[in-house]
Order: sequence, then C-alpha cells, then structure tokens
Amino acid sequence: MSYRVLMFGWEFPPHNSGGLGTACFGLTRALADEGTDIIFVLPKKIGDVRSGRMRVLFADTATGAGTITFTEVESALVPYATSESYMLSGSENGDIIRNLYSRTLLGEVKNYALRARQIARKEQFDIIHAHDWLAFLAGIEAKKVSGKPLILHVHATEFDRTGGQGVNSDVYDIEKSSMEYADHIIAVSNYTKQQIVRQYGIPSEKITVVHNGIDPDFRYNVIPRLQKIKKQKNKIVLFVGRITIQKGPEYFVRAAKKVLERYPNALFIVSGSGDMERQMMTEVAYLGISDRVIFTGFLRGDDLIALYQAADLFVMPSVSEPFGITPLESIINGTPVIVSKQSGVSEVLSHALKVDFWDTDEMANKILSVLQNDSLKETLRENGHKEIKKVNWNSAAKKCVAVYSIFL
Amino acid sequence: MPSVCFYFQVHQPYRLKNYRVFDIGNNNEYFNDDSERDVNNKKVLLKVARKSYLPTNAILLDLLRAHPDFKVSFSLSGVLMEQLEEYSPETMISFQKLVETGQVEILSETYFHSLSFLYSKDEFRKQVEMHKERVRYFFGVEPKVFRNTELIYNNDLAREVEAMGFKGVLSEGADHILGWRSPNFLYKPKGAQNIKLLLKNYRLSDDIAFRFSSRDWDGYPLDAPTFANWVSAVNGNGNVVNLFMDYETFGEHQWEDTGIFNFLKHLPGEILKHPDNNFVTPSEAIDRYPDVAELDVPHFISWADVERDLSAWLSNPIQRDAISKLYALEEKVLSTNDKKIINDWRRLQTSDHFYYMCTKWFSDGDVHKYFNPYESPYEAFISFMNVFNDLKLRIADRTINETEYLV
Repeated sequence: MSYRVLMFGWEFPPHNSGGLGTACFGLTRALADEGTDIIFVLPKKIGDVRSGRMRVLFADTATGAGTITFTEVESALVPYATSESYMLSGSENGDIIRNLYSRTLLGEVKNYALRARQIARKEQFDIIHAHDWLAFLAGIEAKKVSGKPLILHVHATEFDRTGGQGVNSDVYDIEKSSMEYADHIIAVSNYTKQQIVRQYGIPSEKITVVHNGIDPDFRYNVIPRLQKIKKQKNKIVLFVGRITIQKGPEYFVRAAKKVLERYPNALFIVSGSGDMERQMMTEVAYLGISDRVIFTGFLRGDDLIALYQAADLFVMPSVSEPFGITPLESIINGTPVIVSKQSGVSEVLSHALKVDFWDTDEMANKILSVLQNDSLKETLRENGHKEIKKVNWNSAAKKCVAVYSIFL
Repeated sequence: MPSVCFYFQVHQPYRLKNYRVFDIGNNNEYFNDDSERDVNNKKVLLKVARKSYLPTNAILLDLLRAHPDFKVSFSLSGVLMEQLEEYSPETMISFQKLVETGQVEILSETYFHSLSFLYSKDEFRKQVEMHKERVRYFFGVEPKVFRNTELIYNNDLAREVEAMGFKGVLSEGADHILGWRSPNFLYKPKGAQNIKLLLKNYRLSDDIAFRFSSRDWDGYPLDAPTFANWVSAVNGNGNVVNLFMDYETFGEHQWEDTGIFNFLKHLPGEILKHPDNNFVTPSEAIDRYPDVAELDVPHFISWADVERDLSAWLSNPIQRDAISKLYALEEKVLSTNDKKIINDWRRLQTSDHFYYMCTKWFSDGDVHKYFNPYESPYEAFISFMNVFNDLKLRIADRTINETEYLV
C-alpha cells in the first residue's frame, strides 16, 4: 500500500538551524524509500530546496520508490524562537516585546495556515503529517478543507524550548488545541510522550513513539582539524547546539570548571550560537577558564564533522530534550557521548554515559573518567558504533507508515 | 546407579558505592553504601538471607535429617562468610548446622572469589589459604576439593591445585571441551597425577537454575518426579550427575512463588525412589569412581554465559584495563604492610566488579543487566577506577611516610 502524504515542515537542510530540519530530511527520505509519496510544504523564508543538492539527493535515493515534491509558502517564519524573547516577557518591557513578537510570529503562523488551505484544495493526498507547532495550524486547516486524517509529529514542545520557564501561552494554546484536534500524535520519545500526556492532557493511547534515526552518511572523511592542539596532549570536550536555556550550556561550563581543576589539559569547545552566548562567555571569563573554553559560533558541514571527529568526548547537557540528534552524530563519527537523562535520545542509547543535567559534579566525574581512561573511551566507541546501526530512519519510517495505516 | 552430586555456590561480593572523582583523597571507605540502592551490601545480604539462604537451609536441614543418604556440598566465598558473620550471624549458624549433620562437604575456593589465578599465582595461593583458614574457623573442616571462581578452569589450574594438595577440582561440562564425551564421569586433567575432575551436567543443572520458571520451556512446569526420571535416565551411561548451581537459585533467582522450594523439598525423596540412585559429595565421588579418560583443557573455560569462557569478566577494554591495573599494584600494596590497604585491594579483586563492567549483550537487557546493581557497566567502571586512584594515593602516602620514618 502506497500512501500520498501532505507534509508540513518548517525547515530543511541545508537551510536548517537545528535538528528539526535534519529529522525531517532523514524521515522523508526513508518514507520515500518505503514507497510513500510526499508533498513537503515549507515556508518561503527557508530558501529554495528545489534547486541544488537536496533535489539531487532525493532523486538518487527515491528511484523506483515514492517521490518527494516541494511546495513553498510565502512567509517570514523563523524556526526557533529565542529564549531571550520568552524571558523578556516577564520583565518591565515584556508586554511590548511580547506583543511585537506575537504579532509577527503568530501572524506568520496564521498566514502559513491560510496558504495551507489553498494547497490542500489543489493537491491529491491521503493523509496530513505536520511537524511541530509552527506547522500545526497549517495541518489543521488542511484537514478542515480536505477532511483527511491529521497526524501531528511532536519534535519539541513549548516546555522543552523554554526549559519550563516562561512558557508562551499563545504557543501552548496552539499546541494543545492542535493535539486535541488531530487524529493521532507521533512523539519523538517516551520522554516527549509523557510531557504531552502530563502538560497537554492528551490520552496516552493517542500517542505513538517514533524515535529519530541517524543517517549513516553523516560520517565521511574530512581533513582532520585541531591536530596540533591534540598533539600537545589536550583532550577535547565538545558541546554542539543552540546556546539557549533548553540546551543547558551553563551546566556544561560549570562542569568544565570542575574538570579543569583536576585535568588542566581539557579543552572545551562550544559550537553553536544563541541568545545566551554572551552570558556564557561572561560566565567563562568570571570562572577564569576563558583560555580553556572556545566558542566557535554555528558550524555545519565539514567544519562540524571535523569537530566531532577531533573531539574526545561529546556532552549534551540539555535541560529538556525531546530527542537530541547531535549525540548520534557524534557517535557515528567515533566520539563517545554523555547525554542528559532529561532527553529522548537516552532511551535509544545504552552505550552512552548519562547524567541529570543539573548534576554538574556527576557530569565532571564522568568527563574526567573518559579523559583519564582511554579504555572507557574505547569501549564506549566500539559498542556505540554497533548500537547506532539500529538507530536508523528506515525503522522510524516503518513506524510512521504503521500509524498512517490505522487511518487508511 | 547414577550418584547425584549437588554443589551450591554461596557468594556475595562487597559492592562498591558510587564513588566520584571528588571522593579521591577524601574518602577511603569504598564498600559502605547505606542507601536503598543495590550497592548497599548489608541490605542485599539481609534480603538474600531472608529470601534464599535461611528458608533453603531450613529445608535442607529437614531433608538431611529425613534422608540419611542425602548429601550436598557448598562453597562459601570468604567475603560471603565475612558478611554473614557481620550482618546475619543466624544465617551462618544455619550453615553450621548443615555441616554438623556430616552429610555436607565444604569446598575450597579463593577467599575473595577472585580471578587471581589468571593474574598472580602467589596471590591465588594466599587467597586459597585465607579461605581454608576461615572454613576451619567456622566449620571445623578441611576442604579437600577445589572449585575456582565461576568454575574457571584449565590444565594449569588442575596442576596448580593438585600441587596444593587437593584431590579433586570442579568445572563446567562445556560442550566444546567434552565433544562426544559425557559430563557424567570423572576425568583426569591433562598433565596431572592424582587429582580428578568433576564436570557440571549443565543441561540438568540449568533446568533448575535457569529454566525452572520459564514458561516458554518445554519442561515447564517442572516437578520433582519428572526431574528424578531425567536423572535416572543417566543410569548405565554415567557414574555421577553433577548438579552445580548458585545457591541463590532457591528463593532469589527463582522466587518462592515459582514453586522452587516445594520442588526442592520433594526432590531427594523422588531421586531415592529409584533404587539405583544415591547421593554423593564431591569427595565421595572421587573416592568411589575412577577417572575414565584424560581431558585436555588448554584454554580457560567457565560456567558463565553461553560462551562458557572468560568473556563475562574480560571481554572489553574497560574490564581488561581495570583488572590489569589492579594486579599491577600487587607488589606496592603488599609492601605497605597496611592491613586495610591490602584488604581493600583484595576486595577489589572480587570477580563481580568486572562482571558488572561487561557490555556483552548489555543493550539487549539480559542476565548481566539483571545482576548489575549499577545503572550501566560504565558506572561500575567509573566508580572502580576512582576507588583505584584513591587506593594508589593511599599507597603513595604510606610509602612517603615510611621513607620519612626511615630517614
């Protein structure tokens, strides 16, 4: 049985700023391999994915199977709201900023939804699949005009994005009413499923967990970097992610301080950008470890791969991480990981070290153990490499198709 | 005429508490977790005593009294005896009562239930002596038959323990060493003169130890008459059926509600219903039956996992790293002459620490996960290495002090 899916997303590689675009890419490609036809709708702002490498990649992999067509909508959406804007909403100027913010962002979400109606009227499809809240209203409008079943795919909730502090009620309302209206919900982890049940009051039988996968192509040979630093017996501990409250960068920095007291040759690299970047740099300076903590800004492509491959250890200290694809990217590039227990990815990784994000003593304990015991690094690397083969997009796509088949 | 030879292993390690890098140099108590977690040794010991040792000992005492021909043997590790003495003296007394019947043999092993034979023969011999001393102290008997930790065995081990004066040694009846031969006979270890080898009948042993409560097993539910028939079927094809298993099988691995105690209560009577059957201890088996052939075991075997090799303790880099670093300290540790340092070092040798670090099958959640009190093999390693580094500091401190004293 081959299904035709109208899919609403918000970003797509190479125009992505985070894991969501990566996830949409991996999932749609595997769905196409399963024989599913996908009409992928994106806001215009994200860029033209029809031209360039994406189109070529899909043409390669989807031969004889399903197809993916891209449709774009005029809109000014940005995929990630900043935590600063949320935090400001509680401050003196909060209302002004929040209104401004709401007017633009929510206005765009509604604009996107209106365009979705037109597309839904025009296109032929069996089922609607929408990724995260910016696309939820579009999914709802498409269902209203077509009467087709609506599946919402939750990659993150407002509680994850804000670390639970200053949840935006407009966003929450869109999420909650959409989840209630949808026919079924796909959550990227049990962790997220529980959030949806607890915070949004959705019955658990309406939610299916589909863990993300990792594309084996994410590992390829690049010119090694940082080799001089490594030759001088420095060990590299890597953070990759937006520097926002959700990702827990401050816990990484605090653990770094504790590690450096015992292991001065540790070098901490923070790759990413975000509204807490300046705050983190100030904190690092205040702790007196500016020479051992490097901020690289946002990296992608070969730069990022080279960093994963050069690192001795990757740490994801997220406060609340519905899934978390970066640890998989690290493992596939041969670098073991520490992940926060408050993450979905920890459900699919046995061969990873796990900590509560707030427990910086334990984080330091584990970082030090990896840096000081090559055998630990080696064992995690060997076993992680085997394990990650099971974490693939094909099994995720199969589970999605199984969800579609409930309604078709 | 098959004789049934029961041997039960009784062992509990001193588990390490969660020991962080920040504890190094500040805390030299490694084994005193007092939380609700399963690394709290006292808590675990009391639980196992209540669920397994005490009720099973009571049943065995009744059986030994009811059937004067019923025999069993035990091996109690030194660290287990130590914990019983400290946390549950009544359990120790109940073991003593069993031995007093004269129908129970106590076997020899390394005090610390260690892998010392693989790393230091000196240390191995010392630990066997330490264990002997404790067996004499608690039970007033002299062990004559040796079983190495987890039935780890090869030709060298047989020769070594023969030289130490043992007349028998136990191991696993692994298919890959037996081939077409049967575990139901005694063998002569290759290169040995006067020591006999008893091999576990793993099919019949594991029917009780592992499969007893397994609903997907053909033999489920197993009752005593059926099992007695299986044993009797050996008649004519063997001399002795060696049923070797962890004592915790009764009440801890197989819970009371599986019917395991009821099974045990009826088993000796059912086995003795067949007039050709009887029970022996390992020493009696050795005295009664000849060795039928020489058995060559050049590589180590054990009773662990399907592989029946050393991989449960020594298959990944963290296990090998931890254990080789530990034994590399031997000379320095002993030269401190510090009883506590030496004892802590020896407690770290207990094989369970390395078993907890095993990553084989870890993600599939099997027996290793079930028996692991740590969240993961990596947690076990991290605590172990932090403790190891603290121990090294203590040795260094000690050495510096000595030097100062001498100067």
